[in-house]
Amino acid sequence: MTGPAIETEGLTKDYTTGFWLAKKKRSLDNLTMQVERGEVFGFLGPNGAGKTTTIKLLMGLIFPSAGTARILGRPVSDVGMHNEIGYLPEQPYFYDYLTARELLDYFARFHGFGAAERRQRVERMLKKVGLETAGKIQLRKYSKGMLQRVGVAQAILHDPQVVILDEPMSGLDPLGRREVRDIILELKKAGRTVLFSTHILSDAEMLCDRVAVIAGGKLRGVGAPKEIVGVQSHGMEILFEPGSGAGAAGIMEKAARMGDRYRIEVAEGELYAAMEQLRAAGAKVLSVTQVRQTLEDYFLGLMGAEQARASAVEVGEK
Amino acid sequence: MKRAGIVAWNTFREAVRDRVLYNLVFFALLMIAAALLVGQISIGIEQIVIVTLGLSAISLIGILMAVFIGVGLVSKEMEKRTLYALLAKPVRRWEFLLGKFAGLALTLAVNTAAMAAGLAGAMWLVQGKLHAEDAAVLVAVYFILLKLAIVVSLALLFSCFTTPLLSTLFTAGLYVAGVFAPEIRAIGKVTGNAALDAVAMAFSYLLPNFDNFNVIAAAAHRRAIPGTLVAQNTLYAAVYCAIALAGATMIFSRRNLK
Amino acid sequence: MAMLLLAVIPAGFASLWRLQRGIDRQLAAMHQEQDELVLRSGKMLRLLSLEYGAFLADVYWTRTVQYYGDRRVRQVTNLETLGPLLDVTTTLDPQLLPAYRFGAIFLAEKAPQGAGRPDLAVELIHKGIKNNPDFWRFYYDLGFIYYWELKDYKKASEAFLEGSKNPKALIWMKVMAAKIAAEGRSRETSRILWREIYESSQDKLIRENALRNLKLLRAEEDCEYLDGLVGRYARSAQRMPERLEELVSAGLLPGVPADPEGFPYVLGADGKAHVHPKSPLLGYPKGPPPPR
Repeated sequence: MTGPAIETEGLTKDYTTGFWLAKKKRSLDNLTMQVERGEVFGFLGPNGAGKTTTIKLLMGLIFPSAGTARILGRPVSDVGMHNEIGYLPEQPYFYDYLTARELLDYFARFHGFGAAERRQRVERMLKKVGLETAGKIQLRKYSKGMLQRVGVAQAILHDPQVVILDEPMSGLDPLGRREVRDIILELKKAGRTVLFSTHILSDAEMLCDRVAVIAGGKLRGVGAPKEIVGVQSHGMEILFEPGSGAGAAGIMEKAARMGDRYRIEVAEGELYAAMEQLRAAGAKVLSVTQVRQTLEDYFLGLMGAEQARASAVEVGEK
Repeated sequence: MKRAGIVAWNTFREAVRDRVLYNLVFFALLMIAAALLVGQISIGIEQIVIVTLGLSAISLIGILMAVFIGVGLVSKEMEKRTLYALLAKPVRRWEFLLGKFAGLALTLAVNTAAMAAGLAGAMWLVQGKLHAEDAAVLVAVYFILLKLAIVVSLALLFSCFTTPLLSTLFTAGLYVAGVFAPEIRAIGKVTGNAALDAVAMAFSYLLPNFDNFNVIAAAAHRRAIPGTLVAQNTLYAAVYCAIALAGATMIFSRRNLK
Repeated sequence: MAMLLLAVIPAGFASLWRLQRGIDRQLAAMHQEQDELVLRSGKMLRLLSLEYGAFLADVYWTRTVQYYGDRRVRQVTNLETLGPLLDVTTTLDPQLLPAYRFGAIFLAEKAPQGAGRPDLAVELIHKGIKNNPDFWRFYYDLGFIYYWELKDYKKASEAFLEGSKNPKALIWMKVMAAKIAAEGRSRETSRILWREIYESSQDKLIRENALRNLKLLRAEEDCEYLDGLVGRYARSAQRMPERLEELVSAGLLPGVPADPEGFPYVLGADGKAHVHPKSPLLGYPKGPPPPR
């Protein structure tokens, strides 16, 4: 078995809207990309960028207006291949009259497992996502975070080759995020391919071999996280109250006043020099923090402010 | 096929857990009340009244269930997004539809069987015993079930492309129109207008002819229902369901699950 | 797969069409054994029908018309459920005027046109008058049934007179009352009555029936004339003719005359001229007239 795990070619999706279905809105435009086997691939973009559209196209939930998509070399319309794919929908919701155990058992039946194997797998999954004690509770009583855990469990229940997770971290507390990260790393260790979407940069940086950035339905770049988003050097922000000592003038020129306080941003290498100057000036340093570039900042930089605003409007319309 | 069965079983489980079968309590009370009161209000036709009332109630309760649960079979799963995870399993869309249909049909069969047992109990109470001729009542119940299957298939069809409210209107409308199919067919004959006759004729054959399944009166009078009619009605229901499900599959297989 | 599904739909409807005809045969056979009316009590039905009584009445009325139309075609004379059907219909919707009027005609006429129950027809019209006292044409219908079917000319005259008291009633209601009181049955009166039915009705069946009766009156007149000729022939030939053709040979007629439907008159064993037994004037479906 060779070739990429997931590949798309010119994948395009138009939605028709309006009363007569006459208006067309392109939510994915000519997406061509490949996810290699055994890779953890991050799918980055602001809300409404086309991430979920792409994933739904891959899962055969919606149908492309143009282009093709293949998973493990087979066209996505081949439902038989779903034995090899796990999928976590965005903000998952399941039959709320079932317990977590029943739901997982129900899904396991479609993969043709026998009763004993189903029971064993379901227990293992519940333990893995930390729901072993909640397995007997109907899902209608679950919190959003618990549903997310059930969603992850059903996605990996049948030990699939390719796991596609749509916003797996959303709705989870810090502990839950950590557990999902561990699960993704575990899958990677086992040689599985993972594609997940997120709008949180640090998740991608921490887990992904490669990321694709998508915005406004278009692919903006693919590569290692550092290459894509790490190019801008991160500065340091110093917050201080000015003193009366000598030598303050030089540094005060660069500082921005924020009420009683002043804020200055310096490159990482110049931190100590700046601190020295401040000390000499008798300033009282309140905090020193690293300036982390947010994904939104990144997109602003990538597309220019105008385009970003345009895409925000589109999101609003949807 | 096996996967459709899994979906069907879960659909049945959903109905049971949603306390759908509680309607049986209502039916049981109705039958008990009827059995107690019928002797007082109608002398000589107690058995006829019990059978007519019981079969009418079985039909009405069944229709209400078939329509109101049927229109939600697909749309509810789309709205709540429970369908996304399911279709990511190796389940084809037609298997999903067939399973949903079979699941509700099974629910209705169980429900109808329970009601039929209740009716038999009431008949036994009124007559003191059951006669061999009362088997006609069983055939009438079976016909009601066939009718319900058609209603479910129609509700499922509409549920694939429109909102639950509109689906309810369409299904209920088709049901009423189907009950009057013979009248519609006769419109042309009565007016003597050839063009109208042709249109009404074609229209009446496209409609599900629910009048075919109405043997309540015959059952109440303990008249034997010919085996040929049983076979023909079974075939009719099967073909009509197949048509509706084929239509549903064609629509649903192309549907984008936004 | 899609093509296969696409084929299911027309193939399915085609087989349903055939199946439906088989089912129709079975159901028709079942209904022929015994006509069903589960609920013969209109009052009960009105209670059960909630606020949809009027609509239900229309359904019943449609059924009645179908039933009647169907029976006419099939030439079956058992019309025993017609009365209850009409009763239920008019109880559900007491203002459904056509149900009383046409229903009374269906009920009153002799077989094969009707149920031959003028008594029930009178009852139905009385019910109509009770529920719709302003509708003067009911008196016309009542008078007509007394005059035509029951041959009770006193009651008929009274009915026309009663109806004529309504200020909206046409003046000839009074004329009819007087005429019937004075003459009893006369061809002229009958003709006026049927002509009025023919002209005032929109219904095809009713109009056809009225027209047939008008033609029948014509035929009656013809037969009387032929009877006169037969008498003349008998006096001159000193024997009764066996066939009307003999009158032609004797030069009394240019040819055997035919009734308004084109069927030649025949001479009965009683020595009187009659309408041809196959003539549609007698109420049977129209066939081609026999060759002359």
